[in-house]
Amino acid sequence: MIPLSYYLVLSGILFACGVLGFLIKRNIITIFMSIELMLNGVNLSFVAFAAHWHALSGQVFVFFVMVVAAAEAAVGLAIIIAVYRTRETLNVDQVNLLKL
Amino acid sequence: MLTLALFLFFGAVCVAGAVNLLVQSHPINSALSLIVVMASLAAEYLLLGAEFVAAVQVIVYAGAIMVLFLITIMLLNAGKEERTKGSRVATLLGVPGVVIGGVLVAWTLIHRSDMGNVAIGALPGDPKAIARLLFHEFLLPFEVTSVLILIAIMGAVVLASRPEAIARPHPGVPATQEERKLVAVGKGRS
Amino acid sequence: MSITTFIIISIIKSAAVIGILLTAVAYSVWLERKVSAHIQNRWGPTRVGPFGLLQPLADGVKFIFKEDLTQPHVYKPLYIAAPIIAVVFAITSISVIPFGNWVNVGRIQVGSSPDFGSWGTYLQITDVNIGLLIVLGITSMGVYGVALAGWSSNSKYALLGGLRASAQMISYEVSLGLSLVGVLIMAGSLSLRDIVNAQGGVFWHFIPRWNIFHGQTLAFFIYLISAYAETNRTPFDLPEAESELVAGYHTEYSAMKFAMFFMAEYANMVTVACIATLLFLGGWHGPLIFTSPILQAIMPVVWFCLKVFFFMFLYVWVRWTLPRFRYDQLMAFGWKVLLPLALANIVYTALVVAWRA
Repeated sequence: MIPLSYYLVLSGILFACGVLGFLIKRNIITIFMSIELMLNGVNLSFVAFAAHWHALSGQVFVFFVMVVAAAEAAVGLAIIIAVYRTRETLNVDQVNLLKL
Repeated sequence: MLTLALFLFFGAVCVAGAVNLLVQSHPINSALSLIVVMASLAAEYLLLGAEFVAAVQVIVYAGAIMVLFLITIMLLNAGKEERTKGSRVATLLGVPGVVIGGVLVAWTLIHRSDMGNVAIGALPGDPKAIARLLFHEFLLPFEVTSVLILIAIMGAVVLASRPEAIARPHPGVPATQEERKLVAVGKGRS
Repeated sequence: MSITTFIIISIIKSAAVIGILLTAVAYSVWLERKVSAHIQNRWGPTRVGPFGLLQPLADGVKFIFKEDLTQPHVYKPLYIAAPIIAVVFAITSISVIPFGNWVNVGRIQVGSSPDFGSWGTYLQITDVNIGLLIVLGITSMGVYGVALAGWSSNSKYALLGGLRASAQMISYEVSLGLSLVGVLIMAGSLSLRDIVNAQGGVFWHFIPRWNIFHGQTLAFFIYLISAYAETNRTPFDLPEAESELVAGYHTEYSAMKFAMFFMAEYANMVTVACIATLLFLGGWHGPLIFTSPILQAIMPVVWFCLKVFFFMFLYVWVRWTLPRFRYDQLMAFGWKVLLPLALANIVYTALVVAWRA
């Protein structure tokens, strides 16, 4: 029997690492991966609470979060490729002008 | 006892992968650490009895989304990232801030006494039960997500395609006015 | 059954199954060389042992003794990890595949040792109730071996071959999974043992109720084509074709690492053949013509092996008969033809099952 708070603490640690990655990193793809890490931390929270309250809706919501994350990853990577074609860089600090 | 040992082991692998994502400078190492995080999260879901969610996590997240990330990193040949002034400031301010916030949240969560324990396999997450929910109570969000995926596919195809592929969809057919004039004079390129 | 008995039985089963799988992988190389030789009107390996049966042994010794060149420009950790990833994920999916029914072993007593009682076991390492999803998940993870091999080799042929191969594999995974949903609707469960048990019996007095005869013929062919593309075999083997990309993603590998990629490819083929047998050809069902109990216990496994062997033979036969696809034809075929067909199959199967209920 594992206390529920252990799962929530693990989820919080993953979310905090995701936020840190979003703030620290300068490569756009790594920032994107930190967003995915945040989403995964939240998924763990959902599943832990679903097991705690015996409500299967938590797991169904995880399903939806995964679908939305997949759609967002596809569109986001397409945008990254389009930005790379024009700006020739993946560093977010150098993409700071509206028009080249 | 065995459950606690398994939870701690996979939890340690998760946190190690997440920290490794932050520490590595080459994006491909970060991507591989994220894959490790997702696989160990799938093991954690199995400990909570959510077997369908664990299988979908491996198939969709670790098996498709991360492959997409990997292919993009390889195509764009992303190199090691450089430490700029902004990233130094962010590290100096961000790491203590987030760590203090995280410790506060964890302390609050652990010291609440009314949360119970979660047994292994407490809630059977077999596909039949989840499918029943998905097609009865959550039917509208389910159909809306399918439209969302369709929009995402169309958006990704349009955003990532080369501009001249849209301007000249069929090879050999002149697309713009100037090209038609060039073809008529006999100097057009195919 | 106590925990120690369970652990001992599981270890014995795992060791036996993995040993048989690795031998099957080695001898599928022999099968390919012999069948391709006879298709091309020549003999194939005949010198090493009778009918060249010891050729895999000779090949293994050759690979071990070959010089293992490691180029200086490769990215070392991934270069060494990629073949390991490929082989591990190719062999893991054999753990949920059932080979036969429940087998009862009589009382275990050797001379004057204590009586261990009698026990029985399913002929499967473990029966998980989401067995089919596990096989699909492991297939999805197998893409990483190819992608990382291409990237870590730090050479343009390898990178392009690896990218093409991984894009091809993730495209055909979709129609692979969707073609299996029709079988799922008919069987009502994701457990591989339940799916095979739903195919017992006959209809019209002599046609066995295998899924290929019982309504899933289109799904069978979609599965077969997607599986050929998924395991990178002709006619979809552009990523490793010699005339196109030198050798694709395993250009820079030599000796034992190359042998591991080779093994991974054939182990994937064996896995795909096993899944096709279980889902479409009725698994271990077949006429039980003997009466003695020992032979009745072994016959299902024999039928299973015969059906898997038929699939391996089909793989080799198609390889040496058809020309290969161009890459854009390949991707167009996967997305524009197989995916709509698989979806149509799902809708049709669901309609028929709902109408019958």
